Amino acid sequence: MTDLRPQPLARPGRFGPFGGRYVPEALIPALEELDEARHKAMVDPEFLGELERLHRTYTGRPSIITEVPRFAEHAGGARIILKREDLNHTGSHKINNVLAQALLTKRMGKTRVIAETGAGQHGVATATAAALMGLECVIYMGKVDTERQALNVARMRMLGATVVAVPTGSATLKDAINDALRDWVTNVGHTHYILGTVTGPHPFPEMVRDFHRIIGVEARGQVLDVTGRLPDAVIACVGGGSNAMGIFHRFIDDAGVRLVGIEAGGEGVASGRHAARFAASEPGVLHGTFSYLMQDDDGQTLESHSISAGLDYPSVGPEHAFLRDSGRAEYRYATDEQAMSAFQLLCRTEGIIPALESAHALAGAIEVGRELGRDGLLLVNLSGRGDKDMHTAAQYFGLIDDAPAGGAQ
Amino acid sequence: MSIGVGEVLQRCREEDRAALVGYLPVGFPDVPGSVDAMVAMVEAGVDIVEVGVPYSDPLMDGPVIAYAADQALRRGVHVADVFTATRAVRDAGAPPLVMSYWNLILRQGPQEFARRLAAAGGAGIITPDLIPDEAGAWIEASDLTGLDRIFLVAPSSTEQRIAAVTQQCRGFVYAVSHMGVTGARTSMGDAASVIVERTRAVTDKPVCVGLGVSNGAQAAEVAAYADGVIVGSALVRCLTEAQDAESGTKALRELVAELAEGVRSGR
Repeated sequence: MTDLRPQPLARPGRFGPFGGRYVPEALIPALEELDEARHKAMVDPEFLGELERLHRTYTGRPSIITEVPRFAEHAGGARIILKREDLNHTGSHKINNVLAQALLTKRMGKTRVIAETGAGQHGVATATAAALMGLECVIYMGKVDTERQALNVARMRMLGATVVAVPTGSATLKDAINDALRDWVTNVGHTHYILGTVTGPHPFPEMVRDFHRIIGVEARGQVLDVTGRLPDAVIACVGGGSNAMGIFHRFIDDAGVRLVGIEAGGEGVASGRHAARFAASEPGVLHGTFSYLMQDDDGQTLESHSISAGLDYPSVGPEHAFLRDSGRAEYRYATDEQAMSAFQLLCRTEGIIPALESAHALAGAIEVGRELGRDGLLLVNLSGRGDKDMHTAAQYFGLIDDAPAGGAQ
Repeated sequence: MSIGVGEVLQRCREEDRAALVGYLPVGFPDVPGSVDAMVAMVEAGVDIVEVGVPYSDPLMDGPVIAYAADQALRRGVHVADVFTATRAVRDAGAPPLVMSYWNLILRQGPQEFARRLAAAGGAGIITPDLIPDEAGAWIEASDLTGLDRIFLVAPSSTEQRIAAVTQQCRGFVYAVSHMGVTGARTSMGDAASVIVERTRAVTDKPVCVGLGVSNGAQAAEVAAYADGVIVGSALVRCLTEAQDAESGTKALRELVAELAEGVRSGR
């Protein structure tokens, strides 16, 4: 379907043919205001200094790296190093982007922030930043997700945010984004939409990537310090793709470093119940951007599926689409079963409970490690911690006697 | 070629009144029912029909239209059904405009979609989530087929953007009356007249106002300064709240008659 793609003009916000700004005209002025504000901020010592201070004194940056030899025995004996974004305040990489966007919100003179959330990681991070900076905060969350992530709903409310349960459509992440966009177009005068991943209309994909780029910048230096060389492969899970873009970006010019994104294979690509966009979809427009998209013959969005709510999204950030089509990055998928197996393995061998999202990256590392063997050196982004996933894990592994029915499935 | 949107608006201008533009989504309550309702609107006094294409992620739409679209999709409506509707509207004597989110057109291919629409009597396309900056393929396809292309301006648009957007419009300029999604409003406020005024400052093209109009009094208010009054959610509600098809059509005809009187009494 290459003939359908927009002409690859040298326009801002395009990654090859992907990206763009497919939103109502009413939002364009806000996107232009945001673009201008972030360009100014990124060269303003005051903004950069404040962000650096928050990273150091609030988030806990730089995040450490941890080598995991007992886990690596199951991955062909390759050396595996984890970038520990799970140790950040609020439990994932999401806080990097959120703090920066919250600072931008204040610079733009806006007083209210909104955000979408699936599992709740981005919602909790946004509610946290809003509390810290005195901003009004509304989080949109699919009704299904509010039910399976009730504890995170409580966390957000505890932090002072209003949580809106979205009952329309599939009542999951995609529908939460629709409602957040509806709110934004209505209240854009005083409201900033803190989009949580590297998708959406320009400048979000580029801006959110830049706010997470610190992950790769730190990790590259840390791996060089510890091993004296660059890794053979950098591996990250890809839902929208923010943690992956964050760790990939600093390595793009390192030609010898493979960039490997792991999508959610759900119950298997053949089942149709998955979120492996690169394995089985064609480009289209959703939520303001042109990228790979799970859609039917009419162009209606298909529902994705993953045991991990954070990867359960039918499209993917446009820069990933570009990295994939240009051959710079490669994308594989891990099924629910492979991810849960890697999840358990990291718990039992290293005493680290990863987020289910990150467990997909670990499953990918097992595969790549076995391919590379003992000489291989892998850097894996451990994007979040698994506390939020205990309910799902308890059900999956039957850890609690007489566990109540329903929940994660 | 059959009568176009521009000619209808011109005729209304000669009658010193605003045009009435009525929106309904194809496929609600089902495809034949929606087509019948569109024809009934024309018979009751709508000058131009907007044929909505139900979409899985209608982020410009409020609860009424989003509900009808969702129901239509659950009942199996397809994009191709839009051509059945445009043909019927055309045969009833009004120019049909398709209102569609961009991915549905992109998926068929803008040229292929435009070719099929023109063949089915369509007059043009309104694209709520496509700005001219991203519309190269559609501008080319509409030029090839002679279809009208209607882009939106909003109260938040800068003068620069209003000028750029209106330059690419053909048929009319769709002025969004307020910041928000589709749905009835209790009061139209000043924002609508201001955006029309700002648009007229840069173009002679007709300007139609959409979002929020639900009754004859509001239609008359908007008709005082706009070339056309676009009504959507209030018409859709006639069908979603009806007990059966017959009472739905009856309510629809009554509301259209009230709105048609409104657009004739505003000046």
